[in-house]
Amino acid sequence: MEKKIRVLIAKPGLDGHDRGAKVIARALRDAGMEVIYTGLRQTPAAVAEAALQEDVDVIGLSILSGAHMALVPRVLEEMKQRGIAEVPVFVGGIIPPDDIPELKAMGVVEVFGPGTNTQTVVDFIHKVVGA
Amino acid sequence: MKPWLEAAQNGDRRALARLLSWVEDGTPEGQAALQELYPRTGQAHVIGITGAPGAGKSTLVGRLARAFRAQVAQLAIIAVDPSSPFSGGALLGDRLRMPELSNDPGTFIRSMASRGQSGGLSRATRDLVTVFDALGCPIILVETVGAGQSEVDIARVAHTIVLVEAPGMGDEIQALKAGVMEIADIVVVNKADRPEAQQTVKALRAVLHEVSSAGHHGAQAQTEGPGYVTTESWEVPILETVAIENTGISELIEAIRAHRAYLESSGLWQKRLERQARADLETWLQRYLLAALESRLGAERLQEEVARLVARTANPLSAAQALLREAGILPLASATAHSSSFPESE
Repeated sequence: MEKKIRVLIAKPGLDGHDRGAKVIARALRDAGMEVIYTGLRQTPAAVAEAALQEDVDVIGLSILSGAHMALVPRVLEEMKQRGIAEVPVFVGGIIPPDDIPELKAMGVVEVFGPGTNTQTVVDFIHKVVGA
Repeated sequence: MKPWLEAAQNGDRRALARLLSWVEDGTPEGQAALQELYPRTGQAHVIGITGAPGAGKSTLVGRLARAFRAQVAQLAIIAVDPSSPFSGGALLGDRLRMPELSNDPGTFIRSMASRGQSGGLSRATRDLVTVFDALGCPIILVETVGAGQSEVDIARVAHTIVLVEAPGMGDEIQALKAGVMEIADIVVVNKADRPEAQQTVKALRAVLHEVSSAGHHGAQAQTEGPGYVTTESWEVPILETVAIENTGISELIEAIRAHRAYLESSGLWQKRLERQARADLETWLQRYLLAALESRLGAERLQEEVARLVARTANPLSAAQALLREAGILPLASATAHSSSFPESE
């Protein structure tokens, strides 16, 4: 019996900058996790559906377009509709500090800005998944 | 497990996803589900898609799935990518090539990491096929890891194997080698809009013709080889596709349908079911035997033998025999210090 931490790394919205998402995906892979990478320009429904089908333990959203206040609630809503609202969500990208409390109030567990050490993200995931 | 299984049977995708995880992780719930589901399997047409990394397997699978969905209400995709031999982690990126399916309620895509298996699949790929099959999915597409030459485990899982080649991937000698070329039922030259494509098609045609005529000399048509059935009187078609542009997909679907009809009319369908059943049994015998041995003798006892092997004061053949005797699986009586061959083997 082997249990691996499964993580969805998704980029909802229209910005085409996926370097950060790829760096995180690779770091999580190197930390022994199974990372499902969905690629660019995913709709909130597609992100939630992928999370459901892949039965992931945690979801990371990378958003650099500034549209996080619009996109994040829609992803959370799509998750709720699919009965997976309890899956923890973290957000990475360019997020103004003032928005962080509001994102957390919506249900986002953590927000990581540019320059975050990848080990911080790895440790965070181990903590929220409890493994 | 029960309520989840029932929910999954009633179309609850969340329950199905959780069930698949249990099965993949080999939890007691997962094993209980497999026990219940296995008798209901054997209906699905399992189509394996294999080929080198970058040949365009995932894109092709996405296009195939969409075209198949015009004919069937439900379809499952199991996409396997390699696990890191160092960290055990994996980057599963096959979904990314199938964006057209992300909002299709009739398609269920599940990514799997190979988790240390080297045959192109993971240990539990077959078990995931069992779940989808039992739940009434008529078409299951299984995409292997980017496969080289000998990743032929897919032959133990799929009824129809599609080998995807990209132009310019080697000469006739590559195609003549044993392994993945031999198990192909349908060969696809993807990216066929590239200038080298015709050369690749020509080389494959020359070689595949050789392979199939060589088979006829054997007069052992449709017998079981060392685990794999060859496709004697089925002439392996070589199709050209440009998956990214959706070109050649309907021809491929037609070939897959024709192959299924061939399997059924030739009796090979039944033979492949037999081969799968045999593989299923061996898989679980191996899993349970090792687990039983460990629980009977203790993990420390196995570790002792490992230490002796490291010190080269024992050899693995004798050590395995000794352990099996200690566990009462091999008879003590047949234990002679000189026996060099494994007593139960042929």
